[in-house]
Amino acid sequence: MDASAPSEFLVYTIGLFVALLLTATSFWTANTTLLWSGGVFLGLAVLAIAQMGIHLVFFLHISSGPESTNNVLALAFGVLIVVVVIAGTMWIVADMNANMMMPSGAPMSMRMQH
Amino acid sequence: MNLLGKLDWNAIPLHEPIIMGATGFMVLVVLVVLGFVTAKGAWPYLWREWLTSVDHKRIGAMYCILALIMMLRGFSDAIMIRTQQAIAAGGAQGYLPPEHFNQIFSAHGTIMILFMAMPFVVGLMNFAVPLQLGVRDVAFPTLNSVSFWLTASGALLVNISLAVGEFSKATWWGYPPLSEMQYSPGVGVDYYLWSLQISGIGTLLAGINFVTTILKLRAPGMSYMRMPVFCWTALAANLLIVAAFPVLTATLAMLALDRYLGFHFFTLEGQGNQMLYSNLFWVWGHPEVYILILPAFGVFSEVMATFSGKPLFGYRSMVAATMAICVLSFLVWLHHFFTMGASANVNGFFGVMSMIIALPTGAKVFNWLFTMYGGRVRFSVPVLWSIGFIVTFVIGGMTGVLMAVPPADFQLHNSVFLVAHFHNVAIGGVVFGVMAGYNYWFPKAFGFRLDERWGKASFWCWFIGFYVAFMPLYVLGLMGMTRRMQHYDNLSWQPWLIAAAFGTAIILVGVVCQIVQLVVSIRNREELRDVTGDPWNGRTLEWATASPPPAWNFAFQPKVAGLDAFWSSKSRAQATKDGSTPTRNYEPVEMPKNSATGFVTAFFAVVIGFAMIWHIWWLASVGVFGAFMTLLAFTFRRHNEIEVPAEEIARFVRAHQAGVAA
Repeated sequence: MDASAPSEFLVYTIGLFVALLLTATSFWTANTTLLWSGGVFLGLAVLAIAQMGIHLVFFLHISSGPESTNNVLALAFGVLIVVVVIAGTMWIVADMNANMMMPSGAPMSMRMQH
Repeated sequence: MNLLGKLDWNAIPLHEPIIMGATGFMVLVVLVVLGFVTAKGAWPYLWREWLTSVDHKRIGAMYCILALIMMLRGFSDAIMIRTQQAIAAGGAQGYLPPEHFNQIFSAHGTIMILFMAMPFVVGLMNFAVPLQLGVRDVAFPTLNSVSFWLTASGALLVNISLAVGEFSKATWWGYPPLSEMQYSPGVGVDYYLWSLQISGIGTLLAGINFVTTILKLRAPGMSYMRMPVFCWTALAANLLIVAAFPVLTATLAMLALDRYLGFHFFTLEGQGNQMLYSNLFWVWGHPEVYILILPAFGVFSEVMATFSGKPLFGYRSMVAATMAICVLSFLVWLHHFFTMGASANVNGFFGVMSMIIALPTGAKVFNWLFTMYGGRVRFSVPVLWSIGFIVTFVIGGMTGVLMAVPPADFQLHNSVFLVAHFHNVAIGGVVFGVMAGYNYWFPKAFGFRLDERWGKASFWCWFIGFYVAFMPLYVLGLMGMTRRMQHYDNLSWQPWLIAAAFGTAIILVGVVCQIVQLVVSIRNREELRDVTGDPWNGRTLEWATASPPPAWNFAFQPKVAGLDAFWSSKSRAQATKDGSTPTRNYEPVEMPKNSATGFVTAFFAVVIGFAMIWHIWWLASVGVFGAFMTLLAFTFRRHNEIEVPAEEIARFVRAHQAGVAA
């Protein structure tokens, strides 16, 4: 290993500390009444994504160096697929939810909507 | 508290003569095989050389054997479906009651996709990819063995369902609410769930293994753009496995939570959403289609180039098309449920994406045609399968593009037109592909070629039988016949269904020819012996070593200077007229040690699966504990490698060279 790089022990310790901090913050966010309730979900999502980032950098050693081109490409592919699947699923299910909702009180055949 | 959970003697369907007959036959075959092995005293050999082997070639061969056995099982189901539908018109009810018929088509789909096509494709990759890359094994050899044995465990559970209990009646995709406890209270869906979960984990591990192998372990000089196309397609397929299989695992886990613990992910009541299951299932299901077909495309590319004696036409476009399909395959999944109620915007988007994915595929077809054009094509068995593929797959692809148009799909959805379409691409693409690969790499794997005459007979029966069996289904689909009918009243359908059954009989002859081909080839193996290691005048590195290759694959790691590495080294050798090999010092090789981890873990996986299916909770805990301890024991193993001495390698090379010279 490169001598100038920080020691492995230090990297893992920093990672563990930051991960614990993020976890504690998530628990606090979920229970607090200080925040606007609508923002709690957003906050939790942001903290979760930050947590993933910490894991990738400190525990799985993803860096921008030339030796991890493969890892970065694989990560990019993974992120692309996750985005496609989640965004696509939300779009599809929300669309079906809206499209198949019967107008209240007036049962209507599916064919007549189009 | 019942020690055996839901299991009792009623689980064995003694009153069903057809099921008991099949079970009896299966048990008989198993007993004969076990007896034969015992009589020959082959258990130590089998254990040492195969069951605990971590050699990628052995594991690949075992995958293919598993696939061939499961093909016989799945094909028997196909014969039963076709004969039932040929008979059961009007007043006749046929010989299969509805609840049995439903199990048969569910088992047919599950087996053919997950326990025939998948193991065959993974087996070919296992065998050929490390050899083509010029390396000695995959990145994680023991994990590879675990993957195989988990796949075999899933297949075993499906076969156990024949004798003990029942299989799912909810089709191979198991849509809720039908697959929920409320409508499928039996163990059938649980057999489906656990066999897919266990084999799915095996497949995911194999995917990780192969992505790592291809990205990290290549012979010196083999840059990405010098990899054989089969390796590229294997890379794409395994990327898809890694990305898609977790979705299947998660989806089936949610269904299992619904069934076992009363959750409401997909139930009708309690705010469940069964449409989400269809959505998630096909998020996996569509990439799965490409996981199967991309390696088949790779096989055709290798076969076309080798037997035309030309480099593959448009290598770069082939790579680009493969990777384009790899990404696009994640953008089309909704075309499996156009009719579920999405608006025109959503349907339109996925319809257009489905048409776009036909473009890279079309580019590939032209590449294969131009590879043959101007070449001196040898019409050997693998080439016949490849040409049969091009013709059949283009037809199937065009009916696919037709159904990618949402308004047309509203007419054809759930009809046998769809059944004809996906068999057209699955048989014409995947089955023809693995058969081409089987005939192509068999001499490399076992040291002798397969008989040409029986191979050709088999191809023609499959090819003609396919058209006779499935073209009538296109007509029937346009006549309005829906799929999965145990009985129908419209008598004008019957002649077409009889024709389809006749086609299945022709395919049966093809399957018999394949078995005969194997038997005849084993009997004549001395005449069919491949002493050179290069029976087809090959182009890629797997042909640079002996047939069958030694455990260490290559005495010296090959140095790669360009595409078609073996071909260019052969041309260079000819140009310099230097027949004698320079004397080189052989060096000892470190090879991974055998490990029973895979076999033992898989044993416990079967225990877990079986116990969970029958709600035998204590036994499931035993299984989990056993599997965990097995893996723990493996992590504490001190010596992972054995050294093959240099003299052994030298001796092997001398013997091989003497064989070539003789």
